Amino acid sequence: MTDIPAKAAAPSASSGSVLLTLMKLRTFIALIAVLIFFSIAAPNFLSTANLILMSKHVALNAFLAMGMTFVIITGGIDLSVGSIVGLCGMVAGYLVLNGIDLQIGYTIYFNVFEIALITLAVGILIGAVNGLLITRLNVAPFIATLGVLYVARGLALLSSDGRTFPNLVGKPELGTTGFGFLGAGRLLGLPVAIWILIVVALGAAYLAKYTPLGRHIFAVGGNERASRISGVRVNMVKMFVYMFSGFCAAIVGLIISSELMASHPATGESFELNAIAAAVLGGTSMSGGRGTIGGTIVGAFVIGILSDGLVMMGVSSFWQMVIKGLVIIVAVVVDQAQRRLQQRVTLMQMAKAG
Amino acid sequence: MSAAERDIILKLEDVSKVYSGTVAVKRANFEVRKGAVNVLVGENGAGKSTLMKIIAGVERPTAGRILLEGEEVSFSSSGDAVNRGIGMVFQELNLFGNMSVAENIFATREITNRFGKIDREEQENRAAEFLERLQAGIRPDMLVEDLRIGQQQLVEIAKAVSLDARILIMDEPTSALSAAEVEILFKVIADLKARGVAIVYISHRLEELIRIGDYITVLRDGRITGQEEMKNVDTQWIVRQMIGSDAKDFAKADGHLPGEEIFRAEDICLPRATGGLAVDHVSLSLRAGEILGIYGLMGAGRSELFDCIMGRHGHSTGEIFIGGKQVKERDTTRRIRRGLALIPEDRQREGLVSILSVASNLTLASLSRFARLFHIRSTDERQAVTQMVRELAIKVADPAQEVSSLSGGNQQKMVIGKALLTEPKVLLMDEPSRGIDVGAKADVFRTMRKLSRDGLGILFATSDLDEVMALSDRIAVMSNGKLTGMFDRAEATEAALVAASALGHGPAPHTESTAHD
Repeated sequence: MTDIPAKAAAPSASSGSVLLTLMKLRTFIALIAVLIFFSIAAPNFLSTANLILMSKHVALNAFLAMGMTFVIITGGIDLSVGSIVGLCGMVAGYLVLNGIDLQIGYTIYFNVFEIALITLAVGILIGAVNGLLITRLNVAPFIATLGVLYVARGLALLSSDGRTFPNLVGKPELGTTGFGFLGAGRLLGLPVAIWILIVVALGAAYLAKYTPLGRHIFAVGGNERASRISGVRVNMVKMFVYMFSGFCAAIVGLIISSELMASHPATGESFELNAIAAAVLGGTSMSGGRGTIGGTIVGAFVIGILSDGLVMMGVSSFWQMVIKGLVIIVAVVVDQAQRRLQQRVTLMQMAKAG
Repeated sequence: MSAAERDIILKLEDVSKVYSGTVAVKRANFEVRKGAVNVLVGENGAGKSTLMKIIAGVERPTAGRILLEGEEVSFSSSGDAVNRGIGMVFQELNLFGNMSVAENIFATREITNRFGKIDREEQENRAAEFLERLQAGIRPDMLVEDLRIGQQQLVEIAKAVSLDARILIMDEPTSALSAAEVEILFKVIADLKARGVAIVYISHRLEELIRIGDYITVLRDGRITGQEEMKNVDTQWIVRQMIGSDAKDFAKADGHLPGEEIFRAEDICLPRATGGLAVDHVSLSLRAGEILGIYGLMGAGRSELFDCIMGRHGHSTGEIFIGGKQVKERDTTRRIRRGLALIPEDRQREGLVSILSVASNLTLASLSRFARLFHIRSTDERQAVTQMVRELAIKVADPAQEVSSLSGGNQQKMVIGKALLTEPKVLLMDEPSRGIDVGAKADVFRTMRKLSRDGLGILFATSDLDEVMALSDRIAVMSNGKLTGMFDRAEATEAALVAASALGHGPAPHTESTAHD
């Protein structure tokens, strides 16, 4: 396929378009492939209990990956999400256990709903810090979010001096009970976390497709200068994507703390890398402008199923890392090949026409 | 005949080049003779620069053969071509502003001593020799970014001459030079010619071509339409080959009278990073239904003026008024809402988001019009897109297509459509006909006429004399950031415009008459 002779242009163009379609569906094909493979190779893989357990694992990464997708579409990157997960978990745990001491002999305790809102606000706030660093102070996204990664992780560790906030059952007389609902609760047989994922994913997909903001996110990533001249408020768009990413990370922090009924300050370490991997696997282009929420969710499923399936097969975690790395590399290589093929097909059509 | 054959040093056979969006060169056959000035001429976007980039190894042809002294060659990079003795002076300057003149001249072939250390002194001495020949008053240790644009062009020329090339391509080398500098350049060219160098010379200043050319090749829409010895041709022949039977269609003025003042700019200034002003105290006013052409050479400050008006430079000063009311908003978004719209010069980099669809690009600047709260009503959007596609005669099979699949002319129409969907009162068009084919040009000009009839004020910048003369109700001339002339169409002459376009650099050394008042 390196050099298509001019005479064979017509047949290879049509076979090229079949190949193109296959390449475009690659994430789906990969998903089906891992599903089939593990249902044969790992016993109990297709049991309902296992599927629900896996989707809970996948959900955590999927949240982060959605936020990451928008960030990457604008041409940025958010390395701080893992730390935001940790910090937000600590915020929630602290509020359940200690409330806020007003220093005048009173302590305010919040109910679980309020705690969730405050935690989400903290996530959004950290996202806003990322956004401000990037838009106002012109720090490169990689560096800005790397800095925030350390700061947020440090704050999480400081909040408890590195200890875990254990046993977040709360006290009925303070109204802080029920924190476990997010992580362990079920609605209509499905875990609450899955429901939240469905709602957020539908919202994000809607935003991407049917709102001016969504369109602007793609435009900024596709061509920032042209967007600016067209009157797109580029800085606001960037602020939004980092805040949304922080919001998604805060959800994950809440869910994990709620699931474990404890907050550990090291929670979420290296989650950002899994999120980037899922986004890229789902067809998000690191150079910006391209990506879909649906693709990212599928990407998160491929990664999640791959690692859970390998665990069930008893593959060593060292090999799991190697395999995961290879899958990501192959995904990007195929992605590049698809771009080139697509370009060549268009050029050849044009050369024939003109 | 055989003598002439022997003189041919480079030959292109059936060379084509396709970019996404345009077929730039179609099956061109082109011969370059040594010891002669081989002139290449054609309209904007005819494919001259692309053809030259193929020869210089910057671009690779999509199809066809290149024969260097009868032997087929294929250059994988410009360095490859340089090694085979082909040098090029690029139209857009390819210099490193952060390095000295000498460092630029010897970039990638630095002179080093035995230990691999760059011999700065030797480089500067050698560079000084080349600069001396160009009599430009440039010291080799000056930083390139501190030079004026014309001087930078001379450095670019010195760099190409220093290659000792057998074939030297010059793509519009005089576009930013003063008349005196052009004379010096011609002396250098005559000198090179005498030493047997083959020179390929591109320009659209016909009088220059006729003066120094030996052979002429004419390109139109990517095809070669004529190849002759210069002594056998005259201006008329060149023009006929250039524009073909379909002579330039500028769309006639319909004689409507301009209305009230719709736009006024007062005392616009934009400081240059290197000191001085890129836009130097420019004030002008525009009436509804009027087309005001802004003529000027490359680097005259036309695009920068437009940028200031659109609020793209936070540090620009001056005031603008729309319909008599001052526009206090300083950001592009709100200025667009006030009724300003810009069609940028560089379509690819500033005009469109090439990975989005035609429809998304068209509505990008006006999405809020189609949204209720936060929901884009897709039927409204689709309707507006369809209507605009029809109105501007954009040739697109499906608006969901990616923009990069469109031809240059259709892309330009799309950028215009995007601006029009914001329902502007004042339209700023920067080189609206650059790089598009004749048919699309005519469409663009017709659209401009129609818009002015509908009462829009149009400011359009161009470096094309014919265009500015044919389309404008009034003509402003800019040079070196200053407004150096303002003419009514009736009183404007080409000579007066050209004279005014050189005024910004101090008194021009020789111009026939400064007919401007």
